[in-house]
Amino acid sequence: MPATKLSKTAAHDHASRVFDLDQMSLRELNQALHNLTPGSNETAWEVLNPKGNHSVAVGVDQPITIDVRGSVGYYCGGMNSGSAITVHGSAGPGVGENMMSGSITVKGDASQYAGATGKGGLLVIEGNASSRCGISMKGIDIVVHGNIGHMSAFMAQSGNLVVLGDAGDALGDSIYEARLFVRGKVDSLGADCIAKEMRAEHLDLLQGLLDRAGVTGVKPTDFKRYGSARTLYNFNIDNADAY
Amino acid sequence: MCGIVGLFLKNKSLEPQLGSMLSQMLISLSDRGPDSAGIAIYGAPSRNEAKITIQSAKPERDFRGLEAELAKAIGTPVTIAVKSTHAVVRTTPAKIDEAREAIQTLRPDIRIMGAGDVVEIYKEVGLPEAVVDRFDVRGMTGTHGIGHTRMATESAVTTMGAHPFSTGADQCLVHNGSLSNHNNVRRELIREGMTFETENDTEVAAAYLSSQMAHGKNLGEALEGTLSDLDGFFTFVVGTKNGFGVVRDPIACKPAVMAETDQYVAFGSEYRALTKLPGIDNARVWEPEPATVYFWEH
Repeated sequence: MPATKLSKTAAHDHASRVFDLDQMSLRELNQALHNLTPGSNETAWEVLNPKGNHSVAVGVDQPITIDVRGSVGYYCGGMNSGSAITVHGSAGPGVGENMMSGSITVKGDASQYAGATGKGGLLVIEGNASSRCGISMKGIDIVVHGNIGHMSAFMAQSGNLVVLGDAGDALGDSIYEARLFVRGKVDSLGADCIAKEMRAEHLDLLQGLLDRAGVTGVKPTDFKRYGSARTLYNFNIDNADAY
Repeated sequence: MCGIVGLFLKNKSLEPQLGSMLSQMLISLSDRGPDSAGIAIYGAPSRNEAKITIQSAKPERDFRGLEAELAKAIGTPVTIAVKSTHAVVRTTPAKIDEAREAIQTLRPDIRIMGAGDVVEIYKEVGLPEAVVDRFDVRGMTGTHGIGHTRMATESAVTTMGAHPFSTGADQCLVHNGSLSNHNNVRRELIREGMTFETENDTEVAAAYLSSQMAHGKNLGEALEGTLSDLDGFFTFVVGTKNGFGVVRDPIACKPAVMAETDQYVAFGSEYRALTKLPGIDNARVWEPEPATVYFWEH
């Protein structure tokens, strides 16, 4: 599913609204973000001193930009719907969990289950992502510049996971129809996940994802594609003894 | 959940602040576990004395007169410094085992928190801030320390069920997670002659490491063994007299972040535990890999 490319130009017409989490509570920040209505001129936000706080900019539903200056804890940008969030630091577990649309860019590393259950939008991790990246993804696109940890894309349903580095053990275990593109080595594939032919349509798709994520100097032909062998889709009577 | 922290100083400059740094780290993780909290601090070594940290639910009754009675029982001078429900007993290293036995005879209700040349362990039911205040942990100096705030899963919310658990001289461990084969491992360790104070899974992990090190393994080798011999979820942070170690199980669903500078190695369940450490903005910050042993020794 192609995600909407976000325009950042509007943001530069207005001064940023700055929230310093040393001075204000997280609740005040998130409430102010939730109070935004369509057409608001407050399109550029900046968050200072996040200091590992949980749930920074969760549930934003307007097409604004949010620059978070520092590292965040759990669930940053969760349920994001249309905003463009940049974390100028690293992110704790569950960054972009259940994102609907918009984008989240993490300049550093991301902890476990980045982009879990995401339904849309683009999540870019410029460093490494740890275990369970893209677990149960449902349409989100995820681009990781570095490596991803074990059990990534577990039960991934749709969307695309692009990894410029290596993938850990059990990649794509019990995967449905998500597409996985890995440039480096894969420690092991999970149950029912197999390497697949990279056809012209996949090269085009991958080039589009790399472009949207601002990745340059990397060719789609450098990647291998992985996806579902579709052998777990239906109950096989020969496996009855296993249950 | 549970929150765990650890701090290992590489040089003397921060030693006076160890207690306050570790306290702040633990308090920042209070909402990961409101049941009980504890801290182990490794202080400066002294050739002339070793320590036993003891605890009583009735400190006025149990600690009164103990100093004199204990000195008489073991035939050596003893000092006892009382801190709320805990007290630190100091005597010559050669008499430490004898003192431990004598305490149990003189005051059967006293529980031993830990013993060794340098370690002191304080733990109680309550939030980290209350526990830190109760034992004046902020004022303590030392070379390294570990701490824990507990959300109980495997055993009762009691002082003895709080972490750190100490099962060997100057050894202690804090744990985020839960073990599933702790009953079996406990039985094996009891056969080896180890004793247990609780039904708690974490005490088994601590005793397992003590047993491995008693068999000649170093901290790193002992931690390596947990990956094959312990089943369940765990992130462990471990202290020894001169060492500090971290290991996570292969699934690694319990969170962990580490930071290292020229001055220290720090561990937190979350990054927010590390944000007030000196030089954190330029520290190397990383998530420890699953099934990978990290340890440092002085």
